[in-house]
Amino acid sequence: MTTAAPAASRATATKRPADIAFQAVSTVAGVLILIALGGVAIFLVAQAVPAIIGPIPEAEGASFWDWVWPLTFGTLWSAFLAMIMAVPLAVAIALFITHFAPRRLAQLLGYVIDLLAAIPSVIYGLWGIAVLAPFFQPAFLWLGENLGWLPLFTPPASGTGRTILTASVVLAVMVLPIITALCREIFLQTPRLNEEAALALGATRWEMITMAVLPHGRSGIIASSILGLGRALGETMAVAMVLASSGVVSFVVIGSQNPSTIAANIALRFPEAHGITVNMLIGSGLVLFAITLLVNGLSRWIIAKTTVDGGR
Amino acid sequence: MSKRIEINDLDIYYGDFKAVEGVSVDIEPRAVTAFIGPSGCGKSTVLRSLNRMHEVISGAWVDGEVLLDGANLYGPGVDPVNVRRQIGMVFQRPNPFPTMTIRENVLAGVMLNNRRMSKSDQDDLVERSLRGANLWNEVKDRLGVPGSGLSGGQQQRLCIARAIAVSPDVLLMDEPCSALDPISTLAIEDLIEELKTEYTIVIVTHNMQQASRVSDKTAFFNIAGTGKPGKLIEFDETAKIFSNPSVQATEDYVSGRFG
Repeated sequence: MTTAAPAASRATATKRPADIAFQAVSTVAGVLILIALGGVAIFLVAQAVPAIIGPIPEAEGASFWDWVWPLTFGTLWSAFLAMIMAVPLAVAIALFITHFAPRRLAQLLGYVIDLLAAIPSVIYGLWGIAVLAPFFQPAFLWLGENLGWLPLFTPPASGTGRTILTASVVLAVMVLPIITALCREIFLQTPRLNEEAALALGATRWEMITMAVLPHGRSGIIASSILGLGRALGETMAVAMVLASSGVVSFVVIGSQNPSTIAANIALRFPEAHGITVNMLIGSGLVLFAITLLVNGLSRWIIAKTTVDGGR
Repeated sequence: MSKRIEINDLDIYYGDFKAVEGVSVDIEPRAVTAFIGPSGCGKSTVLRSLNRMHEVISGAWVDGEVLLDGANLYGPGVDPVNVRRQIGMVFQRPNPFPTMTIRENVLAGVMLNNRRMSKSDQDDLVERSLRGANLWNEVKDRLGVPGSGLSGGQQQRLCIARAIAVSPDVLLMDEPCSALDPISTLAIEDLIEELKTEYTIVIVTHNMQQASRVSDKTAFFNIAGTGKPGKLIEFDETAKIFSNPSVQATEDYVSGRFG
Protein backbone atom coordinates (compact mmCIF):
# COMPACT_ATOMS: atom_id res chain seq x y z
CA MET A 1 0.00 0.00 0.00
CA THR A 2 2.91 2.29 -0.54
CA THR A 3 1.89 3.22 -4.05
CA ALA A 4 1.60 6.87 -4.86
CA ALA A 5 -2.13 7.08 -4.38
CA PRO A 6 -3.33 10.63 -4.11
CA ALA A 7 -3.98 11.55 -0.50
CA ALA A 8 -7.45 12.80 -1.35
CA SER A 9 -8.75 9.37 -2.34
CA ARG A 10 -7.54 7.89 0.91
CA ALA A 11 -9.30 10.56 2.88
CA THR A 12 -12.66 9.65 1.34
CA ALA A 13 -12.76 6.43 3.36
CA THR A 14 -14.47 8.08 6.29
CA LYS A 15 -15.37 5.98 9.31
CA ARG A 16 -19.06 6.11 10.07
CA PRO A 17 -20.12 5.79 13.74
CA ALA A 18 -22.50 2.91 13.01
CA ASP A 19 -19.72 0.98 11.27
CA ILE A 20 -17.37 1.50 14.17
CA ALA A 21 -19.98 0.43 16.71
CA PHE A 22 -20.94 -2.65 14.76
CA GLN A 23 -17.34 -3.65 14.22
CA ALA A 24 -16.65 -3.27 17.93
CA VAL A 25 -19.67 -5.37 18.92
CA SER A 26 -18.86 -8.19 16.51
CA THR A 27 -15.18 -8.19 17.46
CA VAL A 28 -16.08 -8.47 21.14
CA ALA A 29 -18.46 -11.32 20.35
CA GLY A 30 -15.77 -13.13 18.40
CA VAL A 31 -13.21 -12.70 21.18
CA LEU A 32 -15.72 -13.81 23.82
CA ILE A 33 -16.19 -17.21 22.23
CA LEU A 34 -12.43 -17.74 22.24
CA ILE A 35 -12.21 -16.70 25.89
CA ALA A 36 -15.04 -19.08 26.81
CA LEU A 37 -13.41 -22.01 25.06
CA GLY A 38 -9.99 -21.22 26.51
CA GLY A 39 -11.52 -20.80 29.98
CA VAL A 40 -13.18 -24.19 29.82
CA ALA A 41 -9.98 -25.84 28.64
CA ILE A 42 -7.90 -24.21 31.38
CA PHE A 43 -10.45 -25.16 34.03
CA LEU A 44 -10.54 -28.78 32.91
CA VAL A 45 -6.76 -29.14 32.75
CA ALA A 46 -6.12 -27.37 36.07
CA GLN A 47 -8.70 -29.43 37.91
CA ALA A 48 -7.74 -32.70 36.27
CA VAL A 49 -4.01 -32.55 37.00
CA PRO A 50 -4.19 -33.76 40.65
CA ALA A 51 -6.12 -36.86 39.59
CA ILE A 52 -3.92 -37.58 36.59
CA ILE A 53 -0.58 -37.38 38.42
CA GLY A 54 -1.57 -38.54 41.87
CA PRO A 55 -2.96 -41.82 43.17
CA ILE A 56 -6.71 -42.28 42.92
CA PRO A 57 -8.92 -43.71 45.64
CA GLU A 58 -10.85 -46.10 43.44
CA ALA A 59 -8.47 -49.02 43.37
CA GLU A 60 -5.01 -49.66 44.83
CA GLY A 61 -2.21 -49.21 42.31
CA ALA A 62 -4.53 -48.19 39.45
CA SER A 63 -3.76 -44.99 37.59
CA PHE A 64 -6.23 -42.40 36.35
CA TRP A 65 -5.93 -43.81 32.88
CA ASP A 66 -6.89 -47.33 34.03
CA TRP A 67 -9.97 -45.80 35.58
CA VAL A 68 -10.99 -43.60 32.68
CA TRP A 69 -10.43 -46.19 29.92
CA PRO A 70 -13.66 -48.21 30.44
CA LEU A 71 -15.65 -44.99 30.48
CA THR A 72 -13.98 -43.77 27.29
CA PHE A 73 -14.62 -47.12 25.70
CA GLY A 74 -18.29 -47.03 26.74
CA THR A 75 -18.67 -43.51 25.37
CA LEU A 76 -17.18 -44.38 22.00
CA TRP A 77 -18.89 -47.77 21.75
CA SER A 78 -22.39 -46.48 22.53
CA ALA A 79 -21.96 -43.51 20.20
CA PHE A 80 -20.66 -45.80 17.46
CA LEU A 81 -23.64 -48.15 17.80
CA ALA A 82 -25.99 -45.18 17.75
CA MET A 83 -24.40 -43.76 14.60
CA ILE A 84 -24.58 -47.11 12.77
CA MET A 85 -28.30 -47.11 13.35
CA ALA A 86 -29.02 -43.42 12.95
CA VAL A 87 -27.03 -42.33 9.89
CA PRO A 88 -28.46 -44.72 7.26
CA LEU A 89 -31.95 -44.21 8.63
CA ALA A 90 -31.56 -40.42 8.67
CA VAL A 91 -30.25 -40.34 5.10
CA ALA A 92 -33.10 -42.58 3.99
CA ILE A 93 -35.70 -40.41 5.72
CA ALA A 94 -34.19 -37.25 4.23
CA LEU A 95 -34.24 -38.82 0.76
CA PHE A 96 -37.82 -39.89 1.24
CA ILE A 97 -38.85 -36.40 2.31
CA THR A 98 -37.00 -34.65 -0.49
CA HIS A 99 -37.46 -37.01 -3.42
CA PHE A 100 -40.21 -39.53 -2.87
CA ALA A 101 -42.93 -38.28 -0.53
CA PRO A 102 -45.88 -36.25 -1.82
CA ARG A 103 -45.50 -32.61 -0.75
CA ARG A 104 -48.11 -32.72 2.03
CA LEU A 105 -46.63 -35.81 3.63
CA ALA A 106 -43.11 -34.40 3.26
CA GLN A 107 -44.10 -31.23 5.12
CA LEU A 108 -45.77 -33.21 7.88
CA LEU A 109 -42.73 -35.47 8.24
CA GLY A 110 -40.48 -32.41 8.37
CA TYR A 111 -42.49 -31.01 11.28
CA VAL A 112 -42.43 -34.35 13.11
CA ILE A 113 -38.68 -34.62 12.70
CA ASP A 114 -38.16 -31.10 14.03
CA LEU A 115 -40.46 -31.93 16.93
CA LEU A 116 -38.37 -35.00 17.80
CA ALA A 117 -35.37 -32.69 18.16
CA ALA A 118 -37.25 -30.56 20.69
CA ILE A 119 -38.00 -33.38 23.17
CA PRO A 120 -35.82 -33.05 26.28
CA SER A 121 -33.38 -35.89 26.86
CA VAL A 122 -34.93 -36.74 30.23
CA ILE A 123 -38.09 -37.76 28.38
CA TYR A 124 -36.07 -40.00 26.09
CA GLY A 125 -34.51 -41.53 29.20
CA LEU A 126 -37.90 -42.26 30.73
CA TRP A 127 -39.09 -43.74 27.46
CA GLY A 128 -35.97 -45.89 27.30
CA ILE A 129 -36.51 -47.31 30.78
CA ALA A 130 -40.27 -47.67 30.72
CA VAL A 131 -40.90 -48.79 27.16
CA LEU A 132 -37.81 -49.70 25.23
CA ALA A 133 -35.98 -51.82 27.81
CA PRO A 134 -38.88 -54.18 28.58
CA PHE A 135 -39.73 -54.29 24.89
CA PHE A 136 -36.21 -55.36 23.91
CA GLN A 137 -35.61 -57.76 26.78
CA PRO A 138 -37.22 -60.83 25.14
CA ALA A 139 -35.34 -60.05 21.94
CA PHE A 140 -32.07 -59.95 23.87
CA LEU A 141 -32.86 -63.37 25.37
CA TRP A 142 -33.51 -64.75 21.91
CA LEU A 143 -30.31 -63.24 20.53
CA GLY A 144 -28.33 -64.71 23.42
CA GLU A 145 -29.76 -68.16 22.81
CA ASN A 146 -29.56 -68.25 19.03
CA LEU A 147 -26.74 -65.93 18.06
CA GLY A 148 -24.72 -66.33 21.23
CA TRP A 149 -21.68 -67.47 19.25
CA LEU A 150 -21.29 -63.89 17.96
CA PRO A 151 -19.09 -61.88 20.33
CA LEU A 152 -21.76 -59.16 20.29
CA PHE A 153 -24.45 -61.44 21.73
CA THR A 154 -22.58 -63.58 24.25
CA PRO A 155 -25.07 -64.77 26.89
CA PRO A 156 -26.26 -64.34 29.58
CA ALA A 157 -28.71 -61.71 28.40
CA SER A 158 -29.71 -58.88 30.68
CA GLY A 159 -32.80 -59.48 32.81
CA THR A 160 -33.90 -55.84 32.67
CA GLY A 161 -33.13 -54.93 29.07
CA ARG A 162 -31.19 -51.88 30.25
CA THR A 163 -28.13 -52.68 28.13
CA ILE A 164 -25.82 -50.59 26.04
CA LEU A 165 -27.81 -51.55 22.95
CA THR A 166 -30.97 -50.07 24.46
CA ALA A 167 -29.05 -46.95 25.39
CA SER A 168 -27.67 -46.75 21.86
CA VAL A 169 -31.14 -47.06 20.36
CA VAL A 170 -32.25 -44.16 22.56
CA LEU A 171 -29.19 -42.20 21.44
CA ALA A 172 -29.92 -43.04 17.81
CA VAL A 173 -33.45 -41.72 18.11
CA MET A 174 -32.08 -38.57 19.74
CA VAL A 175 -29.51 -37.81 17.03
CA LEU A 176 -31.81 -38.82 14.19
CA PRO A 177 -33.59 -35.45 13.92
CA ILE A 178 -30.36 -33.44 13.70
CA ILE A 179 -28.92 -35.58 10.94
CA THR A 180 -32.21 -35.85 9.07
CA ALA A 181 -32.91 -32.13 9.17
CA LEU A 182 -29.45 -31.22 7.89
CA CYS A 183 -29.44 -33.91 5.20
CA ARG A 184 -32.86 -32.75 4.04
CA GLU A 185 -31.59 -29.21 3.56
CA ILE A 186 -28.54 -30.46 1.68
CA PHE A 187 -30.50 -32.81 -0.58
CA LEU A 188 -32.92 -30.01 -1.42
CA GLN A 189 -29.98 -27.94 -2.63
CA THR A 190 -28.88 -30.50 -5.20
CA PRO A 191 -28.58 -28.54 -8.44
CA ARG A 192 -31.67 -29.26 -10.50
CA LEU A 193 -29.49 -29.37 -13.59
CA ASN A 194 -27.54 -32.32 -12.24
CA GLU A 195 -30.71 -34.20 -11.39
CA GLU A 196 -32.08 -33.54 -14.86
CA ALA A 197 -28.80 -34.60 -16.45
CA ALA A 198 -29.13 -37.99 -14.78
CA LEU A 199 -32.81 -38.36 -15.64
CA ALA A 200 -32.21 -37.39 -19.26
CA LEU A 201 -29.66 -40.19 -19.54
CA GLY A 202 -32.39 -42.62 -18.64
CA ALA A 203 -31.69 -42.93 -14.93
CA THR A 204 -34.44 -44.21 -12.68
CA ARG A 205 -35.27 -42.18 -9.59
CA TRP A 206 -32.88 -44.23 -7.47
CA GLU A 207 -30.10 -44.07 -10.07
CA MET A 208 -30.59 -40.31 -10.26
CA ILE A 209 -30.13 -40.16 -6.49
CA THR A 210 -26.90 -42.14 -6.59
CA MET A 211 -25.57 -40.13 -9.55
CA ALA A 212 -26.54 -36.62 -8.54
CA VAL A 213 -28.00 -36.28 -5.05
CA LEU A 214 -25.70 -38.39 -2.91
CA PRO A 215 -22.42 -37.21 -4.48
CA HIS A 216 -23.57 -33.63 -4.06
CA GLY A 217 -24.57 -34.27 -0.45
CA ARG A 218 -21.58 -36.38 0.57
CA SER A 219 -19.70 -33.82 2.60
CA GLY A 220 -22.98 -32.61 4.07
CA ILE A 221 -23.89 -36.12 5.19
CA ILE A 222 -20.50 -36.42 6.88
CA ALA A 223 -20.81 -33.03 8.53
CA SER A 224 -24.30 -33.72 9.84
CA SER A 225 -23.23 -37.16 11.08
CA ILE A 226 -20.41 -35.56 13.02
CA LEU A 227 -22.83 -33.11 14.60
CA GLY A 228 -25.00 -36.06 15.58
CA LEU A 229 -21.95 -37.93 16.86
CA GLY A 230 -21.07 -34.92 19.00
CA ARG A 231 -24.47 -35.11 20.61
CA ALA A 232 -24.28 -38.88 21.07
CA LEU A 233 -20.84 -38.61 22.72
CA GLY A 234 -21.91 -35.93 25.14
CA GLU A 235 -25.45 -37.11 25.86
CA THR A 236 -25.82 -37.46 29.62
CA MET A 237 -29.28 -37.84 31.03
CA ALA A 238 -30.76 -40.47 28.74
CA VAL A 239 -27.75 -42.76 29.05
CA ALA A 240 -27.49 -42.25 32.81
CA MET A 241 -31.12 -43.28 33.20
CA VAL A 242 -31.24 -46.19 30.78
CA LEU A 243 -27.90 -47.89 31.19
CA ALA A 244 -27.25 -50.35 34.00
CA SER A 245 -23.49 -50.01 34.04
CA SER A 246 -20.71 -51.79 35.84
CA GLY A 247 -17.54 -50.29 34.46
CA VAL A 248 -16.35 -53.19 32.33
CA VAL A 249 -14.84 -53.09 28.86
CA SER A 250 -17.01 -55.39 26.78
CA PHE A 251 -18.38 -55.52 23.27
CA VAL A 252 -21.39 -57.56 24.40
CA VAL A 253 -24.45 -55.45 23.70
CA ILE A 254 -27.16 -57.52 25.38
CA GLY A 255 -25.62 -58.43 28.75
CA SER A 256 -26.08 -56.96 32.20
CA GLN A 257 -22.38 -56.01 32.40
CA ASN A 258 -22.13 -52.74 30.47
CA PRO A 259 -19.50 -50.04 30.30
CA SER A 260 -20.71 -46.64 31.40
CA THR A 261 -20.10 -43.43 29.48
CA ILE A 262 -18.08 -40.44 30.62
CA ALA A 263 -20.96 -37.99 30.63
CA ALA A 264 -23.41 -40.34 32.37
CA ASN A 265 -20.80 -41.29 34.94
CA ILE A 266 -20.13 -37.64 35.78
CA ALA A 267 -23.83 -36.93 36.16
CA LEU A 268 -24.42 -39.94 38.41
CA ARG A 269 -21.42 -39.49 40.69
CA PHE A 270 -20.73 -35.78 40.85
CA PRO A 271 -23.41 -34.93 43.47
CA GLU A 272 -21.72 -37.16 46.07
CA ALA A 273 -18.14 -36.68 45.00
CA HIS A 274 -15.54 -34.98 47.19
CA GLY A 275 -11.81 -34.52 47.34
CA ILE A 276 -9.79 -36.22 44.64
CA THR A 277 -12.89 -37.90 43.17
CA VAL A 278 -14.04 -34.49 41.95
CA ASN A 279 -10.71 -34.11 40.16
CA MET A 280 -11.11 -37.56 38.63
CA LEU A 281 -14.52 -36.75 37.25
CA ILE A 282 -13.28 -33.46 35.86
CA GLY A 283 -10.36 -35.34 34.36
CA SER A 284 -12.76 -37.66 32.58
CA GLY A 285 -14.54 -34.54 31.35
CA LEU A 286 -11.23 -33.39 29.91
CA VAL A 287 -10.95 -36.70 28.05
CA LEU A 288 -14.45 -36.20 26.62
CA PHE A 289 -13.50 -32.66 25.60
CA ALA A 290 -10.42 -34.00 23.81
CA ILE A 291 -12.45 -36.70 22.03
CA THR A 292 -14.95 -34.12 20.81
CA LEU A 293 -12.17 -31.87 19.52
CA LEU A 294 -10.60 -34.83 17.77
CA VAL A 295 -13.89 -35.86 16.16
CA ASN A 296 -14.46 -32.33 14.91
CA GLY A 297 -10.97 -32.09 13.51
CA LEU A 298 -11.36 -35.43 11.80
CA SER A 299 -14.63 -34.41 10.21
CA ARG A 300 -13.16 -31.18 8.87
CA TRP A 301 -10.32 -33.16 7.40
CA ILE A 302 -12.70 -35.64 5.75
CA ILE A 303 -14.88 -32.88 4.35
CA ALA A 304 -11.86 -31.04 2.98
CA LYS A 305 -10.63 -34.23 1.34
CA THR A 306 -13.90 -35.31 -0.24
CA THR A 307 -15.20 -31.96 -1.44
CA VAL A 308 -14.71 -31.40 -5.14
CA ASP A 309 -14.25 -27.75 -5.97
CA GLY A 310 -16.02 -25.99 -8.78
CA GLY A 311 -19.00 -28.21 -8.12
CA ARG A 312 -21.80 -25.99 -9.35
CA MET B 1 -29.60 -44.95 -35.53
CA SER B 2 -31.67 -41.89 -36.26
CA LYS B 3 -35.41 -42.01 -36.16
CA ARG B 4 -38.30 -39.88 -37.31
CA ILE B 5 -40.53 -38.12 -34.81
CA GLU B 6 -44.14 -37.29 -35.56
CA ILE B 7 -45.96 -35.00 -33.18
CA ASN B 8 -49.71 -35.28 -33.70
CA ASP B 9 -52.04 -32.66 -32.23
CA LEU B 10 -50.14 -32.44 -28.96
CA ASP B 11 -51.53 -30.49 -25.98
CA ILE B 12 -49.32 -30.18 -22.90
CA TYR B 13 -50.76 -29.41 -19.49
CA TYR B 14 -49.34 -28.61 -16.08
CA GLY B 15 -52.23 -29.59 -13.85
CA ASP B 16 -55.19 -27.58 -15.15
CA PHE B 17 -52.99 -25.10 -17.00
CA LYS B 18 -52.72 -25.70 -20.72
CA ALA B 19 -49.16 -24.72 -21.61
CA VAL B 20 -49.10 -25.74 -25.27
CA GLU B 21 -51.96 -26.39 -27.66
CA GLY B 22 -52.38 -28.32 -30.88
CA VAL B 23 -48.80 -28.88 -32.02
CA SER B 24 -48.23 -31.11 -35.06
CA VAL B 25 -44.71 -31.38 -36.45
CA ASP B 26 -42.89 -34.00 -38.52
CA ILE B 27 -39.24 -34.16 -37.51
CA GLU B 28 -37.04 -35.69 -40.19
CA PRO B 29 -34.24 -38.13 -39.37
CA ARG B 30 -30.66 -37.02 -40.10
CA ALA B 31 -31.65 -33.38 -40.12
CA VAL B 32 -31.71 -30.47 -37.73
CA THR B 33 -35.07 -29.07 -36.74
CA ALA B 34 -35.07 -25.75 -34.88
CA PHE B 35 -37.76 -24.43 -32.55
CA ILE B 36 -37.82 -20.64 -32.32
CA GLY B 37 -40.15 -18.14 -30.72
CA PRO B 38 -40.40 -15.58 -27.92
CA SER B 39 -39.87 -16.52 -24.27
CA GLY B 40 -42.68 -18.47 -22.70
CA CYS B 41 -44.12 -19.62 -26.03
CA GLY B 42 -43.77 -23.28 -25.07
CA LYS B 43 -40.95 -24.32 -27.41
CA SER B 44 -38.84 -25.71 -24.56
CA THR B 45 -41.89 -27.47 -23.17
CA VAL B 46 -42.53 -29.13 -26.53
CA LEU B 47 -38.87 -30.14 -26.73
CA ARG B 48 -38.93 -31.60 -23.24
CA SER B 49 -42.13 -33.47 -24.01
CA LEU B 50 -40.21 -35.36 -26.71
CA ASN B 51 -38.27 -37.32 -24.10
CA ARG B 52 -40.85 -36.88 -21.36
CA MET B 53 -38.50 -34.69 -19.34
CA HIS B 54 -41.30 -32.17 -18.73
CA GLU B 55 -42.75 -34.81 -16.42
CA VAL B 56 -40.17 -34.00 -13.75
CA ILE B 57 -42.58 -31.20 -12.85
CA SER B 58 -45.35 -32.99 -11.00
CA GLY B 59 -48.78 -32.64 -12.51
CA ALA B 60 -47.54 -32.51 -16.11
CA TRP B 61 -49.49 -34.52 -18.65
CA VAL B 62 -50.17 -34.50 -22.37
CA ASP B 63 -53.02 -35.11 -24.77
CA GLY B 64 -52.05 -36.27 -28.25
CA GLU B 65 -49.29 -38.47 -29.61
CA VAL B 66 -45.56 -38.35 -30.13
CA LEU B 67 -44.50 -41.14 -32.46
CA LEU B 68 -40.90 -42.28 -32.62
CA ASP B 69 -40.76 -44.26 -35.88
CA GLY B 70 -44.41 -45.06 -35.33
CA ALA B 71 -44.22 -46.05 -31.66
CA ASN B 72 -46.17 -43.74 -29.36
CA LEU B 73 -43.95 -42.41 -26.55
CA TYR B 74 -47.08 -41.78 -24.50
CA GLY B 75 -48.65 -45.16 -25.12
CA PRO B 76 -49.86 -47.20 -22.16
CA GLY B 77 -47.07 -49.08 -20.44
CA VAL B 78 -44.29 -46.95 -21.94
CA ASP B 79 -41.69 -46.21 -19.28
CA PRO B 80 -40.29 -42.66 -19.45
CA VAL B 81 -36.94 -44.06 -18.32
CA ASN B 82 -36.73 -46.15 -21.51
CA VAL B 83 -37.83 -43.19 -23.63
CA ARG B 84 -34.97 -41.11 -22.23
CA ARG B 85 -32.46 -43.85 -22.98
CA GLN B 86 -33.36 -43.56 -26.67
CA ILE B 87 -33.66 -39.79 -26.81
CA GLY B 88 -30.70 -37.87 -25.43
CA MET B 89 -30.77 -34.32 -24.20
CA VAL B 90 -28.36 -31.40 -23.85
CA PHE B 91 -29.34 -28.58 -21.54
CA GLN B 92 -29.14 -24.78 -21.50
CA ARG B 93 -26.26 -24.71 -19.10
CA PRO B 94 -23.48 -27.31 -19.16
CA ASN B 95 -24.20 -29.83 -16.42
CA PRO B 96 -21.46 -32.44 -16.15
CA PHE B 97 -21.66 -34.40 -12.90
CA PRO B 98 -19.34 -32.39 -10.65
CA THR B 99 -17.97 -35.31 -8.66
CA MET B 100 -17.19 -37.43 -11.71
CA THR B 101 -14.10 -37.31 -13.88
CA ILE B 102 -14.30 -36.56 -17.59
CA ARG B 103 -14.15 -40.28 -18.34
CA GLU B 104 -16.82 -41.15 -15.78
CA ASN B 105 -19.05 -38.42 -17.15
CA VAL B 106 -18.88 -39.87 -20.64
CA LEU B 107 -19.61 -43.36 -19.31
CA ALA B 108 -22.35 -42.27 -16.91
CA GLY B 109 -25.25 -43.13 -19.19
CA VAL B 110 -23.77 -46.40 -20.43
CA MET B 111 -23.10 -47.57 -16.90
CA LEU B 112 -26.83 -47.36 -16.18
CA ASN B 113 -27.63 -50.01 -18.76
CA ASN B 114 -24.54 -52.07 -18.99
CA ARG B 115 -22.37 -52.23 -15.93
CA ARG B 116 -20.25 -55.11 -17.11
CA MET B 117 -18.22 -53.55 -19.86
CA SER B 118 -14.61 -54.40 -20.37
CA LYS B 119 -12.02 -51.72 -19.76
CA SER B 120 -10.94 -51.65 -23.39
CA ASP B 121 -14.54 -51.30 -24.61
CA GLN B 122 -14.95 -48.44 -22.19
CA ASP B 123 -11.76 -46.79 -23.44
CA ASP B 124 -12.98 -47.14 -27.03
CA LEU B 125 -16.37 -45.68 -26.21
CA VAL B 126 -14.85 -42.76 -24.31
CA GLU B 127 -12.55 -41.93 -27.20
CA ARG B 128 -15.27 -42.37 -29.83
CA SER B 129 -17.75 -40.20 -27.92
CA LEU B 130 -15.23 -37.48 -27.15
CA ARG B 131 -14.05 -37.46 -30.78
CA GLY B 132 -17.69 -37.30 -31.81
CA ALA B 133 -18.08 -34.23 -29.64
CA ASN B 134 -14.84 -32.64 -30.95
CA LEU B 135 -13.36 -32.71 -27.48
CA TRP B 136 -10.89 -35.59 -27.64
CA ASN B 137 -7.78 -33.61 -28.55
CA GLU B 138 -8.36 -31.13 -25.75
CA VAL B 139 -8.90 -33.63 -22.93
CA LYS B 140 -7.19 -36.88 -23.96
CA ASP B 141 -4.35 -36.32 -21.49
CA ARG B 142 -6.57 -35.55 -18.53
CA LEU B 143 -9.51 -37.94 -18.65
CA GLY B 144 -9.13 -38.49 -14.92
CA VAL B 145 -9.75 -34.90 -13.81
CA PRO B 146 -13.20 -33.66 -12.76
CA GLY B 147 -15.37 -32.52 -15.65
CA SER B 148 -16.23 -29.35 -13.78
CA GLY B 149 -12.67 -28.11 -14.32
CA LEU B 150 -13.22 -27.57 -18.05
CA SER B 151 -14.29 -24.30 -19.66
CA GLY B 152 -17.99 -23.73 -20.28
CA GLY B 153 -17.79 -24.63 -23.96
CA GLN B 154 -15.75 -27.74 -23.23
CA GLN B 155 -18.22 -28.74 -20.52
CA GLN B 156 -21.08 -28.42 -22.99
CA ARG B 157 -19.23 -30.60 -25.52
CA LEU B 158 -18.59 -33.07 -22.68
CA CYS B 159 -22.34 -33.14 -22.09
CA ILE B 160 -22.87 -33.81 -25.80
CA ALA B 161 -20.31 -36.63 -25.60
CA ARG B 162 -22.17 -38.02 -22.61
CA ALA B 163 -25.44 -37.88 -24.52
CA ILE B 164 -24.11 -39.55 -27.69
CA ALA B 165 -22.20 -42.23 -25.73
CA VAL B 166 -25.46 -44.13 -25.22
CA SER B 167 -26.14 -44.09 -29.01
CA PRO B 168 -29.51 -42.38 -28.84
CA ASP B 169 -31.92 -42.21 -31.77
CA VAL B 170 -32.55 -38.53 -31.29
CA LEU B 171 -30.60 -35.67 -29.72
CA LEU B 172 -32.57 -32.84 -28.12
CA MET B 173 -30.79 -29.55 -27.44
CA ASP B 174 -32.40 -26.94 -25.23
CA GLU B 175 -30.64 -23.66 -26.06
CA PRO B 176 -27.26 -25.39 -25.90
CA CYS B 177 -25.25 -22.23 -26.59
CA SER B 178 -27.09 -19.69 -24.48
CA ALA B 179 -24.45 -19.81 -21.72
CA LEU B 180 -21.45 -19.86 -24.06
CA ASP B 181 -19.19 -17.28 -25.68
CA PRO B 182 -19.21 -16.82 -29.48
CA ILE B 183 -16.16 -19.02 -30.11
CA SER B 184 -17.57 -21.92 -28.11
CA THR B 185 -20.92 -21.35 -29.79
CA LEU B 186 -19.27 -21.72 -33.17
CA ALA B 187 -17.63 -24.96 -32.03
CA ILE B 188 -20.99 -26.36 -30.96
CA GLU B 189 -22.66 -25.28 -34.21
CA ASP B 190 -19.95 -27.01 -36.25
CA LEU B 191 -20.49 -30.07 -34.12
CA ILE B 192 -24.24 -30.01 -34.74
CA GLU B 193 -23.50 -29.92 -38.47
CA GLU B 194 -21.41 -33.10 -38.11
CA LEU B 195 -23.79 -34.86 -35.73
CA LYS B 196 -26.74 -34.52 -38.07
CA THR B 197 -25.24 -37.10 -40.41
CA GLU B 198 -25.93 -39.66 -37.70
CA TYR B 199 -28.65 -38.31 -35.46
CA THR B 200 -32.03 -36.68 -35.59
CA ILE B 201 -31.45 -33.33 -33.92
CA VAL B 202 -34.00 -30.97 -32.45
CA ILE B 203 -32.70 -27.66 -31.14
CA VAL B 204 -34.43 -24.86 -29.27
CA THR B 205 -32.74 -21.51 -29.73
CA HIS B 206 -33.33 -17.87 -28.98
CA ASN B 207 -30.76 -16.92 -31.54
CA MET B 208 -32.35 -16.63 -34.95
CA GLN B 209 -29.02 -16.44 -36.78
CA GLN B 210 -28.17 -19.73 -35.13
CA ALA B 211 -31.43 -21.30 -36.26
CA SER B 212 -30.84 -20.15 -39.83
CA ARG B 213 -27.22 -21.36 -39.74
CA VAL B 214 -27.69 -24.86 -38.34
CA SER B 215 -31.21 -26.02 -39.09
CA ASP B 216 -32.90 -27.58 -42.10
CA LYS B 217 -36.42 -26.98 -40.89
CA THR B 218 -37.74 -24.43 -38.44
CA ALA B 219 -40.85 -24.32 -36.31
CA PHE B 220 -42.03 -20.93 -35.06
CA PHE B 221 -44.02 -20.89 -31.83
CA ASN B 222 -45.91 -17.95 -30.40
CA ILE B 223 -48.18 -17.09 -27.53
CA ALA B 224 -51.23 -14.87 -27.60
CA GLY B 225 -50.71 -13.50 -24.10
CA THR B 226 -49.76 -14.46 -20.55
CA GLY B 227 -51.79 -17.39 -19.28
CA LYS B 228 -52.73 -18.45 -22.82
CA PRO B 229 -51.31 -21.65 -24.28
CA GLY B 230 -48.38 -21.51 -26.70
CA LYS B 231 -49.11 -22.51 -30.29
CA LEU B 232 -47.20 -23.62 -33.33
CA ILE B 233 -47.57 -20.82 -35.86
CA GLU B 234 -45.58 -22.08 -38.78
CA PHE B 235 -43.37 -25.03 -39.66
CA ASP B 236 -41.40 -25.11 -42.90
CA GLU B 237 -38.00 -25.23 -44.54
CA THR B 238 -35.64 -22.93 -42.66
CA ALA B 239 -34.83 -20.98 -45.84
CA LYS B 240 -38.50 -20.27 -46.40
CA ILE B 241 -39.20 -19.30 -42.77
CA PHE B 242 -36.41 -16.74 -42.85
CA SER B 243 -36.93 -15.37 -46.35
CA ASN B 244 -40.56 -15.73 -47.25
CA PRO B 245 -42.74 -16.98 -44.39
CA SER B 246 -46.40 -17.51 -45.11
CA VAL B 247 -47.66 -16.09 -41.80
CA GLN B 248 -47.31 -12.40 -40.94
CA ALA B 249 -46.42 -13.12 -37.26
CA THR B 250 -43.46 -15.23 -38.37
CA GLU B 251 -42.21 -12.51 -40.66
CA ASP B 252 -42.53 -9.91 -37.85
CA TYR B 253 -40.58 -12.16 -35.49
CA VAL B 254 -37.74 -13.21 -37.79
CA SER B 255 -37.30 -9.66 -39.05
CA GLY B 256 -37.03 -8.42 -35.46
CA ARG B 257 -40.24 -6.38 -35.38
CA PHE B 258 -41.22 -8.03 -32.09
CA GLY B 259 -40.00 -10.55 -29.54
